Amino acid sequence: MSKFEEYDLYVRNRSFLASDHILTFTDLDGKLMALKPDVTLSILKNGRDGPGLQKVYYNENVYRTSPTASGCREIPQAGLECIGALDAYAEGEVLLLAAKSLEVISGEYLLDLSHLGFVAGLLEQMNADEEARRQLLRAMSEKNAPALAQLAAQRGLPAQGAEALCELALLYARPLEAMDRLRGMVQNRRMEKALEELEALCDLLESQGLAEGLRLDFSIVNDMNYYSGVIFRGFVPGLASGVLAGGRYDHMLHRMGRAGGAVGFAVYLDELERLAPPARPGVDTLVLYDDTVSPRTLAALTGGITARGGTVRAEREVPADLTYRQLRDLRKGGA
Amino acid sequence: MEMINIALPKGRLGESVYAMFKAVGYACPAIEEENRKLVFENPAAGVRYFWVKPSDVPIYVQRGAADVGVAGKDILLEHGPDVYELADLGVGRCRMCVAAKADFQDDGARTLRVATKFSRIARGYYASLSRDIDVIPLNGSIELAPLLGLSDVIVDIVETGRTLAENGLEVKAEILPVSARLIANKVSYKFKNQAIRQMALRMAENKQQGGAL
Repeated sequence: MSKFEEYDLYVRNRSFLASDHILTFTDLDGKLMALKPDVTLSILKNGRDGPGLQKVYYNENVYRTSPTASGCREIPQAGLECIGALDAYAEGEVLLLAAKSLEVISGEYLLDLSHLGFVAGLLEQMNADEEARRQLLRAMSEKNAPALAQLAAQRGLPAQGAEALCELALLYARPLEAMDRLRGMVQNRRMEKALEELEALCDLLESQGLAEGLRLDFSIVNDMNYYSGVIFRGFVPGLASGVLAGGRYDHMLHRMGRAGGAVGFAVYLDELERLAPPARPGVDTLVLYDDTVSPRTLAALTGGITARGGTVRAEREVPADLTYRQLRDLRKGGA
Repeated sequence: MEMINIALPKGRLGESVYAMFKAVGYACPAIEEENRKLVFENPAAGVRYFWVKPSDVPIYVQRGAADVGVAGKDILLEHGPDVYELADLGVGRCRMCVAAKADFQDDGARTLRVATKFSRIARGYYASLSRDIDVIPLNGSIELAPLLGLSDVIVDIVETGRTLAENGLEVKAEILPVSARLIANKVSYKFKNQAIRQMALRMAENKQQGGAL
């Protein structure tokens, strides 16, 4: 996949991106181009509606600026998207793959699940205006119950809704434990439908033995202009931020002039480098030689070591800063 | 038992917050001794405390070095960390204010020079009023700036207002009330869910009952 995309694509969908800063440059014909900060938008742009589902995966670098690293960063990202006439299985399959990806990364993962329809349904019932919604969702993402209650009181929103919102923000539980409480919160058809979808997905994951790491968390909020249904995040112990994020983004798809539904996720491979054990010694075997050793003998020795799966380095002197497990000194007078 | 790492803000606020933790079952005798240690543990209560500079608390928590921490709302708004805000502890109460010399009047015609430790809060506040400002970032003795003509006004936290009064300054506008908040790392909250939730609940209840401090 090309690393470049017309800048225009990102201007139109700015808040879909994780960061505001986009690396741009001018193409030879004067067109403003960008180094891709995201892969999903390119996939949506280049795909065509047709029979069947568009199922794609990617393993690409994206380019973002970072305030903590020095300037620009190249971030490896792997992900997949499923676009078209989605049904319960197609959506469930993506979620299963997300859970299995996390399982490969760490046995102790957590996959947090939310449904925007449920939250939006509740806000709709409360008759919250645009600004109130923005503030409520922000407090929700902080699990800030005191602020939620205060906001609702200030703006004269119904107390019953405000209570449900607080409860929803603080909820963090296995699906089975939470379902009864969630059913009690349902106030309209939209919430009911969202809960049914969520229940079916949880059920599917459970049937595949993936319930252990599954949690419901409605404090995950994404921009409702793009995302529409279920959204999820993956976490592993030892990393202070999420390693996987995804969800259903039908609204984004429709903004791009395409029909149907879309769901996908990405794994942030750059976060995973922290999980890797510290680097191994430089080489397994260091071979030292001098003019008394023939190249043929050396080649036979080093070839033998690599054939057994070891790493080897042949040198005349011990290089500075090289660590090794084993030393073979073939030099005259060497051991 | 799994240990919870707690970042406490150095200083008076941190000490009163520790007293609150102690009152709800998270005592740590080691921290009460006079010594030069940096980290204090009580495995029986499942807590590990450390003192950090107040403005560093959100960094320790966001990056997961601390599972929970206590920081003033002023610092949270200034740094905007991606953390959960679990409780308002009701201590360290003060107000974020605009202050100036008593005789100063903003005519609105010139760019307002604002000296502050809280650039982000000041920018946000004046942007909401559509007022052009020139932020002068300082790290201490903010009250000095208007006295020497370095700035027209200051944006700073005001507790009693005594320092202001003694220097002929007065509060011109209140931006927001400030108090200490219990914050948690988002991933720690998930993996140590039971323990952290219980801690937040106990702290909030203690405050409601007007418990210790």
